[in-house]
Amino acid sequence: MPQSAEKILDHAPLFREPEYKEMLANKKMFECGASSGEVDDMVEYTKTKEYQDKNFAREALVVNPAKACQPLGAVFAANGFEKTMSFVHGSQGCVAYYRSHLSRHFKEPCSAVSSSMTEDAAVFGGLNNMIDGLANTYSLYQPSMITVSTTCMAEVIGDDLHGFIENAKTKGSVPADFDVPFAHTPAFVGSHVDGYDNAIKGILEHFWKPLTRADVPANSVNIIPGFDGYCVGNNRELKRILGMMGVSYTLISDASDQFDTPSDGDYRMYSGGTKLEDVKAGLNAKATISLQHWNTRKTLDYCAEKGQETASFNYPMGVRATDALLMKISEITGKSIPEELRMERGRLVDAMADSQAYLHGKKYAIYGDPDFVYAMAKFILETGGEPIHCLATNGSKDWAEDMAKLFATSPFGKDCKAYPGKDLWHMRSLLFTEKVDLLIGNSYGKYLERDTKTPLLRMTFPVFDRHHHHRFPLWGYQGGLRVLTALLDKFFDLYDDDTNVAAETDYSFDLTR
Amino acid sequence: MTTDYENDGEANEKFIEEVLAQYPDKFAKRRRKHLTVAKSAAEEHPGVAQESEEGPLFTECDVKSNIKSIPGVMTIRGCAYAGSKGVVWGPIKDMVHISHGPVGCGQYSWSQRRNYYIGTTGIDTFVTMQFTSDFQEKDIVFGGDKKLEKVIDEIETLFPLNHGISIQSECPIGLIGDDIEAVSKKKAKEHETTVVPVRCEGFRGVSQSLGHHIANDAIRDWVFDKKEVEWEAGPYDVNVIGDYNIGGDAWASRILLEEIGLRVCGNWSGDATLAEIERAPKAKLNLIHCYRSMNYICRHMEEKYGVAWMEYNFFGPSQIEASLRKIGKHFGPEIEANVEKVIAKYRPMVDAVIARFEPRLKGKKVMLYVGGLRPRHVITAYEDLGMEIAGTGYEFAHNDDYQRTGHYVKKGTLIYDDVTGYELEKFIEKVRPDLVGSGIKEKYPVQKMGIPFRQMHSWDYSGPYHGYDGFAIFARDMDLAINNPVWDLFDAPWTKGDEMAVAAE
Repeated sequence: MPQSAEKILDHAPLFREPEYKEMLANKKMFECGASSGEVDDMVEYTKTKEYQDKNFAREALVVNPAKACQPLGAVFAANGFEKTMSFVHGSQGCVAYYRSHLSRHFKEPCSAVSSSMTEDAAVFGGLNNMIDGLANTYSLYQPSMITVSTTCMAEVIGDDLHGFIENAKTKGSVPADFDVPFAHTPAFVGSHVDGYDNAIKGILEHFWKPLTRADVPANSVNIIPGFDGYCVGNNRELKRILGMMGVSYTLISDASDQFDTPSDGDYRMYSGGTKLEDVKAGLNAKATISLQHWNTRKTLDYCAEKGQETASFNYPMGVRATDALLMKISEITGKSIPEELRMERGRLVDAMADSQAYLHGKKYAIYGDPDFVYAMAKFILETGGEPIHCLATNGSKDWAEDMAKLFATSPFGKDCKAYPGKDLWHMRSLLFTEKVDLLIGNSYGKYLERDTKTPLLRMTFPVFDRHHHHRFPLWGYQGGLRVLTALLDKFFDLYDDDTNVAAETDYSFDLTR
Repeated sequence: MTTDYENDGEANEKFIEEVLAQYPDKFAKRRRKHLTVAKSAAEEHPGVAQESEEGPLFTECDVKSNIKSIPGVMTIRGCAYAGSKGVVWGPIKDMVHISHGPVGCGQYSWSQRRNYYIGTTGIDTFVTMQFTSDFQEKDIVFGGDKKLEKVIDEIETLFPLNHGISIQSECPIGLIGDDIEAVSKKKAKEHETTVVPVRCEGFRGVSQSLGHHIANDAIRDWVFDKKEVEWEAGPYDVNVIGDYNIGGDAWASRILLEEIGLRVCGNWSGDATLAEIERAPKAKLNLIHCYRSMNYICRHMEEKYGVAWMEYNFFGPSQIEASLRKIGKHFGPEIEANVEKVIAKYRPMVDAVIARFEPRLKGKKVMLYVGGLRPRHVITAYEDLGMEIAGTGYEFAHNDDYQRTGHYVKKGTLIYDDVTGYELEKFIEKVRPDLVGSGIKEKYPVQKMGIPFRQMHSWDYSGPYHGYDGFAIFARDMDLAINNPVWDLFDAPWTKGDEMAVAAE
């Protein structure tokens, strides 16, 4: 009998016990599956260039994409504002999915409500759902703001958010002056990064529309972090840097505390960091800076229309990307970059110099959101590595051009290629036909690691199967140290694993590396 | 086993009133019908037999169920797609299940239900993959049937060892008037394979539940009687219906059923192949675990093929023993004798598990909120460990589930149907149970309140919990949740006592 009270085996060891192995072997006769020969042949075939060509000839089927849909980005964005409830108009199952998805990554609560539209609403429209929904959300959860976005159901039937919200206010669902910004976030356009963009733009429009921008702007900046699974560590690091520089700033959507509430007996539903008053005041900021270009294109256009200076970055990670961010902030605000930050920079460069031999010439495959992939590739190039395969399912042709320009800046970029709009089944082929040393992505990459034996480093959203990574920054010089250490740890572990057979390979099992 | 407790019904009635006070009047009235306190069956219906084939009837848990959720309240429910793709179809391992529509639904449900299986993923097995037609605006405007055809062709090219395809409709499909049935027929013929269209658009019905029903109907209409099934039927052939092999549940059950001499020729649908589904009508008995999600097909198989069906419960030794004996009785003396041998074989292990954990868990109060079966089915397993159920409720149960719940819960138990985030948080705050068992969305708020929690959909990445082997893991997990030292660290020592005094200084 495999189980005992003293040594309780759960699934991983339990089903390897002889009783279960025999049972599972016997189950095969009921399955009528493919023969092991067929399976083996097919496994080998999927490793070939011929299969890759067929795979890349796909026009309709998407397999294992690395992107989510717009409303996820809108829900994430709402979480960064003071006492804000995210209200998604449409089918209710979607909201259960966004909440679960974010909770599984952050290991934190994630609140959002749905207008719970069903078949009758599909026929008659969801106006009543909006009226009732806003009233209930307001009474039960007592938010300071409700941000409305849409599921694809509401988009397909063409519900008009602006009209519906006005109507609900007239009916008294919420007070007339209560803040209910909205954004249409169709799931069949773009991805979660566009939903983030639309939601942020919707919130800025809501607050800025009735106001007039001052003739002389304040010497402050708005900073939009973008959709970021590492917002907890990153936003805090960003705020530390801005504090050191003495910059007056407003983070537009700061979810760092929302997704990192303490355990002390109280459940805090709301810990979004951006004050609504500060959003209003943000109209008079000198500039709005986006830290993730592909997350904020519409929002920055709107800020520019309002007369603000704008600038955007691609997830500022590594030495030069951080340099550029600091210099831009300094240029806009006139605040100098303090000596302490130059010291931090030097320490990162020092660390990279100490370890350069272990990263020089390493080949990588990277996937994720367009800004992250750009940032990771840029940092890899700084370490003397080659980001051979760079893939963003939600990347565009324009993104691929940006990537090509990046590759052209370094001799290490000459064999590198960007793959916009491709998915992780494409990546699987690439990892077989042109091998790399390390795959950088998220938890979904573990299937690629299993199949292609390419070691995986989890560095971007979502990370479901490792805990607490998001609590540490990737941005800035401090973040650079974290990324560097993660890369090195992985490579050193691989060296050790490869050389630890006693009396066979352990001559290279060096104590000092 | 702890059976001699009751909950403070009066206090629970008060909690319900307090919670409802926060709603606008119209919705307080509607929510009132979903909340109740279990009444003693004997007191409600004196003189009526309180004993049936299902065992003693303790209570009545009469609430409204399976009706629309109220907008804006933070329902915990999902949708029909989740019920079809996520629950019923997704685990069938040698088929490709297309999430047909925009990318999100398939993405968020990808690999999240822990339906364990054996197979080479991406080659002859496809459970932990996300296949989607990734709808774009042009597909909404011009329709997606052409794209779907191409998706199917490309699946056949790249994944030739698949044994069939199902099309799991997302919301837009039904709204834009696509004819996925026509596409399915055409492509099934062309590729000589099984193609099943499933109309499980998320806006249909009020929860996952209609998705289960639609998925069952799709099996009836698009799988049964479509092929010659070669199978030499045996006298002890059974199907296990409604076990999705979460963390290996179905395996920990199968081993017992085989040990008592039955032949499990199909498992629906954890670790299943299409062949196991097609063959099902040839079995002698359908053993149904998750009644809520698969009773439909059992009733159909009974009507059309004369296959009897029987509910059973493999959570915790009391229910396992009762279920094994019930199954044994159906098959006669030979199997009954085997059942007694199996029960005797496992009893020492079970006794040792209880001896180890009961002293650590006795009298601990549990609140549950799960899907359509577990809110009642796991109750006895807790009681086998000396624990007590203070409250329970379902996301998507129907009236017949609440009737069955009376066989499990004790007088005074708080009952909540389609509970809202607000209600659940307040009920937990007021009842202060020692453990809450619910889902991922509920886990972190509850833990922040200092209350231990276990996910009871995914077994919190543990399991199996079914069968005798699973019970040991269940007991271990409840103990490690409740008796971890972290719960004593919540208060900073300098804030104990008069916090205000420190703040005022």
